[in-house]
Amino acid sequence: MDAMLREYLPILIFLVIAIGVSTAFIGGAWLAARQRPDIEKNSPYECGFDAFDDARAKFEVRYYLVGILFIIFDLEVAFLFPWAVALGKIGMYGFWSMVLFLAVLTVGFIYEWRKGALEWE
Amino acid sequence: MLPDLGPVVPELIVAVAAMGLLMVGVFGRANATRTLCGLAILVLFVALVFETGLTGTRAETFGGMFVVDGFAVYAKILVLIAAAASLAMSIGWLRREGAERFEFPVILLFATLGMLMMVSANNLISLYLSLELQSLSLYVLAAFQRDNSRSTEAGLKYFVLGSLASGMLLYGSSLVYGFAGTTAFDGLAHAFGNGIPLGATIGVIFVLTGLAFKVAAVPFHMWTPDVYEGAPTPVTALFAVGPKIAAFALLVRVMVGPFSALTDQWLQVVVFISAASMILGAFAAIAQSNIKRLMAYSSIGHVGYALIGLAVGDQTGVRGVLIYLAIYLFMTLGTWAAILAMRQKGRAVEGISDLAGLAKTHPGMALALAIFMFSMAGIPPMAGFWGKLYVFMAAIDKGMVTLAVIGVLTSVVGAYYYLRIVKVMYFDEPAEVLDHGGGDGLGFVMGVTALVILFFTLIPAPLVTQAGAAAATLFGG
Repeated sequence: MDAMLREYLPILIFLVIAIGVSTAFIGGAWLAARQRPDIEKNSPYECGFDAFDDARAKFEVRYYLVGILFIIFDLEVAFLFPWAVALGKIGMYGFWSMVLFLAVLTVGFIYEWRKGALEWE
Repeated sequence: MLPDLGPVVPELIVAVAAMGLLMVGVFGRANATRTLCGLAILVLFVALVFETGLTGTRAETFGGMFVVDGFAVYAKILVLIAAAASLAMSIGWLRREGAERFEFPVILLFATLGMLMMVSANNLISLYLSLELQSLSLYVLAAFQRDNSRSTEAGLKYFVLGSLASGMLLYGSSLVYGFAGTTAFDGLAHAFGNGIPLGATIGVIFVLTGLAFKVAAVPFHMWTPDVYEGAPTPVTALFAVGPKIAAFALLVRVMVGPFSALTDQWLQVVVFISAASMILGAFAAIAQSNIKRLMAYSSIGHVGYALIGLAVGDQTGVRGVLIYLAIYLFMTLGTWAAILAMRQKGRAVEGISDLAGLAKTHPGMALALAIFMFSMAGIPPMAGFWGKLYVFMAAIDKGMVTLAVIGVLTSVVGAYYYLRIVKVMYFDEPAEVLDHGGGDGLGFVMGVTALVILFFTLIPAPLVTQAGAAAATLFGG
């Protein structure tokens, strides 16, 4: 148990440093900096301009579909990198697992293509 | 070193067929839904044949992630029957409601695949993955009538509450892994040999909570009546049997296997949810006028009875659970077939009062429904009585008299609303007559299940022996 917990020690140290550094920066700025707020300084801005619009705008539901379809293939790529690096060690089992995974995803891709989920109009 | 694929043949068949049917559907003719439903039922039967071929073996594969034993085979056969029967009942419904989209049988196959893998999960990771495959498919099925506000509401509610439960399960699993250092069930069974850390107890309780949600045990039952009422009726029929049996098998395997060292910790929770489910199932159903809601509360009650067997936690208790689940499967399928047959002037009706005078207008259907209601109430010649008897006897043998007494008392309360349906069918004057014909195999399902329920008393041996053998495999016997 102790040996296992010790393996997590670097994570704990990292957490403590991260919290410490960020608290120091924000707290230091809050304590040391001169603060003279006015309307201009407190108002939101976009790249120096006044905000054009409210940030809570409606957007088309089609973005949602595209977003969800994107996530799947995004994760697929994220999954491919460690697989490619470890290919020598995981052998034929690992190779064919990924090939089958890609085949399943391709079936899904063909389906969404035929259904017209990728057409914008 | 490639894994041994022998034990997963039924799952492979279902998975490959589901993807194949998806491609056929998307490239084929526009109105091929009926053909695809037929093919999907055929696939489920083929999987069932291969599954029965695995009887009596015990094998692990995929690095111990997946296990096939007598217990798994027994539960999988029930799940496959449930899926095939509810798909068969869907065909006519899809046509009449104008919801014939070929995705229906495909998603149902994916849900079945998830259920089959749940039953065979032998690792917290495969447990979670299979549970999610099943749940995600069922969320879609619940919202399948997307132009119907009740159906989409049911889907959304099920999705939101279901993901909450999945989150709890995942949190519990991570705690258990943190304290045990393994996710494999075999490893977990030995991990808590010397001393149980508090964190592991909390983890197990979270896992139990997540699974109690999936089987709809009180106090995690809130979604059940709304989802059962709103979801399309054949989908509700599936909800009431397939996922419930699969989640129950998973719950039993997890609690008496890897977490058996923590029995003292989880036992009081299981006793509580069992008693609470029985009580709520009995009392809340009394006020219902919609038969789908009534069946939702009834299913909560049945989960409570089956949980008695888990609380007992030994071989007799698990055998009681397995017998109960099999009998529950048949009487529930039959009842939902009857509910699906309730139509007036081409529209589906769901009120209990719509059954008035059914004995005069549809004597066969009224007789079948009466048999199911007597069975659910647990009145002796019917199979439902034996299901209850086996769990109550197991509880009394173990000295859990209180649970058995609560069970008997709530059965008496529950008998009120089951018998009320019989009274409405046989003694009330018919107001509006239900449609005749257009059975689409519903009559067949009702007939077969009614015969099973009626004649179980005469030939109980096959089921009881099978259930006993299946329970024995879980205890290394």
